[in-house]
Amino acid sequence: MTESSTRDIRTDSETNIIQVISVASSPHLKNLSLSSRKMMIDVMIALLPVMGMAIYMFKWLVVKQLIIAVGSTLSAEAVFTKMRRKSFSLPDGSAGVTGLILGLSIPVIAPWYVGVIGSVVAIGIGKVIFGGLGMNIFNPAMVGRAFVMIAFTGVMAAAGYENKHIAVDAISMATPLDAFKQSGFVTPLRDLFFGFTNGSPGEISALACVSGGVYLCLRRTAAWEIPLGVILSASVMGLFSDMIHPDVPFTFLHHLAGGSLLFGAFFIATDPVTSPISKKGRFLFGMGIGFILMMLRFFSGYPEGVMFAVLFMNAVTPLINRWTIPKTLGT
Amino acid sequence: MGFRLKGFPGKGTFKRGVHPPERKNLSQDISIEVIPPPEKLLIPLLQNIGEACKAVIEPKQEVVFGEKIADADGFISAPLHAPLSGKIAKFAMTTLPNGRHVKAIQIDAHKEQVSEDALWHDMFFRDWPKDVYSLFSSEEISKRIRNAGIVGLGGAAFPTHVKIKYNQKKSIDALLVNGCECEPYLTTDYRVMVEAPEPVITGALFAAMATNAGQIVVCIEDNKPLAVKAISNAAKGTGIKVAVLKTKYPQGSERHMIKAVMNRVIPLGGLPGDVGVVVSNVATIAAVARAVLYEKPLTHRVVCVTGGGIKRPANLLVPLGMSYRALIDYCGGMTENAARILSGGPMMGFSFTDLDMPVTKGTSGITVLTHDEIKRDKETACLRCGRCVDVCPMALVPARLALAARKRDVEMAEKYNIMGCLETGCCGYVCPANIPLIQLIRAGKAMVMTNRKLQSKN
Repeated sequence: MTESSTRDIRTDSETNIIQVISVASSPHLKNLSLSSRKMMIDVMIALLPVMGMAIYMFKWLVVKQLIIAVGSTLSAEAVFTKMRRKSFSLPDGSAGVTGLILGLSIPVIAPWYVGVIGSVVAIGIGKVIFGGLGMNIFNPAMVGRAFVMIAFTGVMAAAGYENKHIAVDAISMATPLDAFKQSGFVTPLRDLFFGFTNGSPGEISALACVSGGVYLCLRRTAAWEIPLGVILSASVMGLFSDMIHPDVPFTFLHHLAGGSLLFGAFFIATDPVTSPISKKGRFLFGMGIGFILMMLRFFSGYPEGVMFAVLFMNAVTPLINRWTIPKTLGT
Repeated sequence: MGFRLKGFPGKGTFKRGVHPPERKNLSQDISIEVIPPPEKLLIPLLQNIGEACKAVIEPKQEVVFGEKIADADGFISAPLHAPLSGKIAKFAMTTLPNGRHVKAIQIDAHKEQVSEDALWHDMFFRDWPKDVYSLFSSEEISKRIRNAGIVGLGGAAFPTHVKIKYNQKKSIDALLVNGCECEPYLTTDYRVMVEAPEPVITGALFAAMATNAGQIVVCIEDNKPLAVKAISNAAKGTGIKVAVLKTKYPQGSERHMIKAVMNRVIPLGGLPGDVGVVVSNVATIAAVARAVLYEKPLTHRVVCVTGGGIKRPANLLVPLGMSYRALIDYCGGMTENAARILSGGPMMGFSFTDLDMPVTKGTSGITVLTHDEIKRDKETACLRCGRCVDVCPMALVPARLALAARKRDVEMAEKYNIMGCLETGCCGYVCPANIPLIQLIRAGKAMVMTNRKLQSKN
């Protein structure tokens, strides 16, 4: 074996060629079409119809709100990770997604500082304090939203969505759930379906939420078990209520299409970090959200309950994980 | 699930699993070549799961082709035989790709050797009668398998005589011959089935005779139609059935194959015998035929040398103890962008750098991958997306097992059944965060084993 065609792995000083042979643990193949970053980009793509409908209804107001929210989450992420001397994490896209979700879930006419404070709290308290992406217990966007909702009750409550003096028509209306709660007015299903209504910019159109959401589920970036659980349990509760009060014109379909149920089911509850890891667990998680949000809609002073439902179920997620350990093959 | 398997209790597939790029086209249409005999061989004394062998020769002694050079030491062990005629040079130490440092015998070959054609005929082109199996007793078949030093050639290298024998405690009703070869790239078993289906069928009849199994099924994935055809033709009139299974990784894992064909589930920590099944690889079964009919020992094996980093991929009939370097050289060497050398295939193979390591009974292939093939992004935080759970063929929670290993949390690792992990690599293949799940789980298993030993001492 003098004329070896296999080049030696060690440095070959005569030809000065170094062939680098690496060793690593198996598996040696990796499916490159799956990465955390691609999952985040998927969410952004899925939000396009939602953002499109929001811009159609609220014009430049929603653009401004999104720029504020995304700009603040990105800056907050950069500053906080720098403070914690962690590696630069903006390219993973998660802060951008948090900004978009937050921006789409606060009223478009809320003052600029609401978006900024919400974003800083979302990233700082919602995520970085727990150890960054993957370690947080609560959905960061919902933590930020809950903070501003309590801090700025006036601008975040139902009335915060209405302003008669702004040239955008939709804003002169009450949100569908509030209109019904306050005055018994039932927004037509057609308007709820297409999104010709007032509300948080992300939630207005059922069609946009479902089309983006189905894309996410097909890409398997979102676990389909979660929206299925939410919609199923909310429908069952809605139908139950319809049976008890057959005379109330606000049916379970209005409940599904109105408010942020679908936006929450497809885009907020499906955050993988804060939802259970097994299929069964995810379904239970979704059912829990649907149940709590309908209870809040029926019995609480708030017209809407998605945020609290998601935050509550986030807190229960470790428990669900413990109850739903998949059964190992052969046990 | 559009897949159907007719005539068997199973569905022809199993739940979860992955579809990595197969790339069998690199070597699948290349006939097995007999490699010219090398000048020297290095034969490790441990080539099987279980006990190492004891050498029965001394340095400077002359040995002839097929002569026993080391004897089994214990029940779960298999003897070694000289793969060519030569002179014992010395005892040396060598490291196997799996990291074990073992004693080995070096043989310097004589100039005169059995010709390549003669060797090929000796291995695969003998007369393989299908009606003589009943002339042998169960004990006789097991004894001949043991004397021939046969171990599982699929990679695990478990001594075959331990499996293929009459089992008084567990009644065996089925023998599954594993021709799935679900590991990407490798075509070792495929070529054996296509080129030498006769000894596989004859060997299966012997194995079924020894184990008293009523039915014999050869299991092949549906991406290997030529193998299905060859085996079906050879099996005509014997009652041996061929099950064509869905191509999915790890279909060739015995648990998953038994589930796919027989619809039986091996209890966690159990063996195929617990559900009345014996599983053996096609190449092993071919060696069984040769051992029982002609009392020939296992001295050579087919090794697939493949991957984007190999200039001329090939399927080679190789004497045990030949160096990986000699095989790669014979295949034209490695390409410029070769990046990783594996013993085995890309999903479960061991990477190594010392090309002077010898081929052993368990070497199912050599895969050389390029930088492009092993490309992997940087590790990021676990998003708990659950993809690992969705693909784990054992229905484990790999993310949790890895976390337990990182935190050195024995209790959590045990709770999530870490020892049930087969290390198939499905989770590591899909993980969007590029977490080295299998590596962590291996560390976790070692941790759990140490802990169990400590506890049993106290």
